[in-house]
Amino acid sequence: MKILVGVKRVVDYNVKIRVKADNTGVETANVKFSMNPFDEIAVEEAVRLKEAGKVSEIIAVSLGIAQSQDTIRTALAMGADRGILVQTDVDLQPLAVAKLLKAIIDKEAPSLVLLGKQAIDDDSNQTGQMLAALLDWPQGTFASKITVTGDGIEVIREVDGGLETVALTLPALVTTDLRLNEPRYASLPNIMKAKKKQLDVITPADLGVDVTPRLTTLKVEEPPKRKAGIKVADVAELVNRLRNEAKVIP
Amino acid sequence: MTDYIPPLRDIKFTLEHVVGLDAVAALPGNEEFTADLVDSILEEAGHMAEGILSPLNRVGDEVGARLENGVVHTAPGWREAWAALVDGGWNGLPFSTEWGGMGLPNVLNTAVHEMWQSANMAFTLCPMLTQGAVNAVRLYGSDALKALYLPKMVAGTWTGTMNLTEPQAGSDLAAVRTKAVPEGDHCRISGQKIFITYGDHDMAENIVHLVLARLPDGPPGVKGISLFVVPKFLVDASGAIGAANDVTCVSLEHKLGIHGSPTAILSFGDHGGSVGYLVGEPHRGVEYMFAMMNHARLAVGLQGLAIAERAYQQALSYARERVQGRPVGWTGDKNPGIVYHPDVRRMLLTMRCQIEAMRAIHYTAAASVDLAHGSADPVQRANAQTMVELLTPIAKGWCTEVGQTLASLGVQVHGGVGYVEETGAAQHLRDARITTIYEGTTAIQANDLINRKILKDKGAMIGAFLDQIEAQAKSLTGDDSVIGLGVAEGVTKARATVAWLVNSAGQDPRISAAAGVPTLEMMGILVGGHMLAKAVTVSRVRLASGEDPDGFYTAKIESARFYSLHILPHVHALAVAATDGAATVMRMDEASL
Repeated sequence: MKILVGVKRVVDYNVKIRVKADNTGVETANVKFSMNPFDEIAVEEAVRLKEAGKVSEIIAVSLGIAQSQDTIRTALAMGADRGILVQTDVDLQPLAVAKLLKAIIDKEAPSLVLLGKQAIDDDSNQTGQMLAALLDWPQGTFASKITVTGDGIEVIREVDGGLETVALTLPALVTTDLRLNEPRYASLPNIMKAKKKQLDVITPADLGVDVTPRLTTLKVEEPPKRKAGIKVADVAELVNRLRNEAKVIP
Repeated sequence: MTDYIPPLRDIKFTLEHVVGLDAVAALPGNEEFTADLVDSILEEAGHMAEGILSPLNRVGDEVGARLENGVVHTAPGWREAWAALVDGGWNGLPFSTEWGGMGLPNVLNTAVHEMWQSANMAFTLCPMLTQGAVNAVRLYGSDALKALYLPKMVAGTWTGTMNLTEPQAGSDLAAVRTKAVPEGDHCRISGQKIFITYGDHDMAENIVHLVLARLPDGPPGVKGISLFVVPKFLVDASGAIGAANDVTCVSLEHKLGIHGSPTAILSFGDHGGSVGYLVGEPHRGVEYMFAMMNHARLAVGLQGLAIAERAYQQALSYARERVQGRPVGWTGDKNPGIVYHPDVRRMLLTMRCQIEAMRAIHYTAAASVDLAHGSADPVQRANAQTMVELLTPIAKGWCTEVGQTLASLGVQVHGGVGYVEETGAAQHLRDARITTIYEGTTAIQANDLINRKILKDKGAMIGAFLDQIEAQAKSLTGDDSVIGLGVAEGVTKARATVAWLVNSAGQDPRISAAAGVPTLEMMGILVGGHMLAKAVTVSRVRLASGEDPDGFYTAKIESARFYSLHILPHVHALAVAATDGAATVMRMDEASL
């Protein structure tokens, strides 16, 4: 079985995000970037499946600027076999990403596609679902457990009410949730080996996909600053304020 | 306690632009040492510092290492952390692939260890000592000893220790009494060793002690001491671990800091003598130990830098959050953090600029070690060796003194809560306190600088370095000339001090000994200024090409400016203490002290 894993280069989760002065986005100049944490979980799961003998090859795919190669190298150091970068300076939106991935999947024909459930930069949580629809494949989103069965996989999904188990026939798409696994640290020998693994760089044009953004961002703002607390005189005032100011009780 | 964030930006800047990795990358065997590999390795080492080692720093301090029923337990989580480092192949980073290492340069190992020491100094002493022990076996051990011990020690499944000190033999190794009696292919070792870092613990399957002891035919003094490998568990010819050797951990010391690091009192030979194997030739143990000690001194000096970085991050984070009063000159409506008070700013800059200077000194020394050992060009090798020799006492002596001062300033920035353990700032100060003592006190580093690096060749080697420093300083112009001037004036003072020392050494050796530490500090400050001046030159080029989106290069220049006006002027005062002041040290009658 061949697995394709999507890895996105995002602002590191430790960085304190600052909004650009002109409100067009967040500051990214000289900020530390790393792999989207949900994608790390996807890579880890793929590597574990390979270590368990269920998978023959893992392809890590990233889409974006040239530096996304670093993110692919991280996946290769964790245990992916080869990488593909679809290089573009265009700001890619989820639909464009889904179309590009579909084009690669059409060529590579993996049995399983693993993606993070969302990226921590735009928190869209759309790519996996869009891609499954474009491929017309079964999807298991928000996975907290993946088990390979006879001819398919079983996915435990984290849903609002608890856990839902779905059985998917292959090929299938799974998006990973936080509790699926704990990603490994890359070992030093594997970091060195990763440099020698194959990494192909292609463009959206090579795949025949139009990546022109469909959505326009109007404005990006800092969340409102937390206001100082107040003391209330009695329960009546508390209830009144909760009902009429905070509007948290009817 | 705040989280540790690896300062990758400054680490990479210093490696690439102040030290220059090209020369190291050009060495034979370093073909794989490319900028992107360096980036990947630093990122992942930083990731481990952040994710594994830093979270264990507090528990190491609070729970510490414990000796219970003859067994030493490290703090919860430490075994797993060590296993993660071993599994990741990190211990073998600088060692030859012949022994299972990665064959990467020493300078990269230094940058990795800086982050680990910052994240958890008490923990990182274990890989530090193990790497030192690998060096001793690698350089002086017989082929049989190497084949049996090196693969495990390089991997880190067996850790290493250095056993020098005895109750009566601290800085004076001539007083070592531990005995070695030949018996077949080995010796029987008996005696007591104290202050043995990671002398016993539960993180590895075996511990390889490197022990100084006297053979029966050894002459008295340091020339009669030999070096032995004494494993905690005996090892058979196949490398399999067998019975326990006759080595007992008598107790662990209760220390001011580095509680997580077990400091053992070891008793060798309580039951007939522990089995030990001679390393190299008889009676040359101290000489071998010294070769190892140079590595250890640089490694301890690195702790000075590392602990200062950690203390700085913590102080800066607190100063930004803590609001206290209205800073003078503040015109905003809401009072900002104390970072806007000029004196807090002064303290933070005092920390920052010296951290940058120490980092550049350490990485330069580490790269010089690579060049001194690996270069095919004899001139380059000799020049690099000169740098190693000059920078070692500074990197150890000055950087640990500064590390301690800065850890103390870190507490000061916090005010009263800094003195409270829960805040975490106090731990850095307590941990830092040992660094000026072990692997040779500051005074011993000063003796090394004065006797071996200045007086031995009558100031020639250091004079040439001062010329280089001056030439670089004079290349700074315009807005930066204040930095260049500060360094150049320091050079003038340093030259005069060297001349005075060379001149007065013959008259009374006590005078040059008394001048030692002031001279060492003076040279440390000056060389630190030189490193920052080099960073200014690079930063100017970047700024001129309009490349400074986040103000990094502007900040480098401002940091150097602060250093030149706040730190470099101390050179003048220290020059007085080192020269005219030296004679006063012994003037007062001892009874009047």
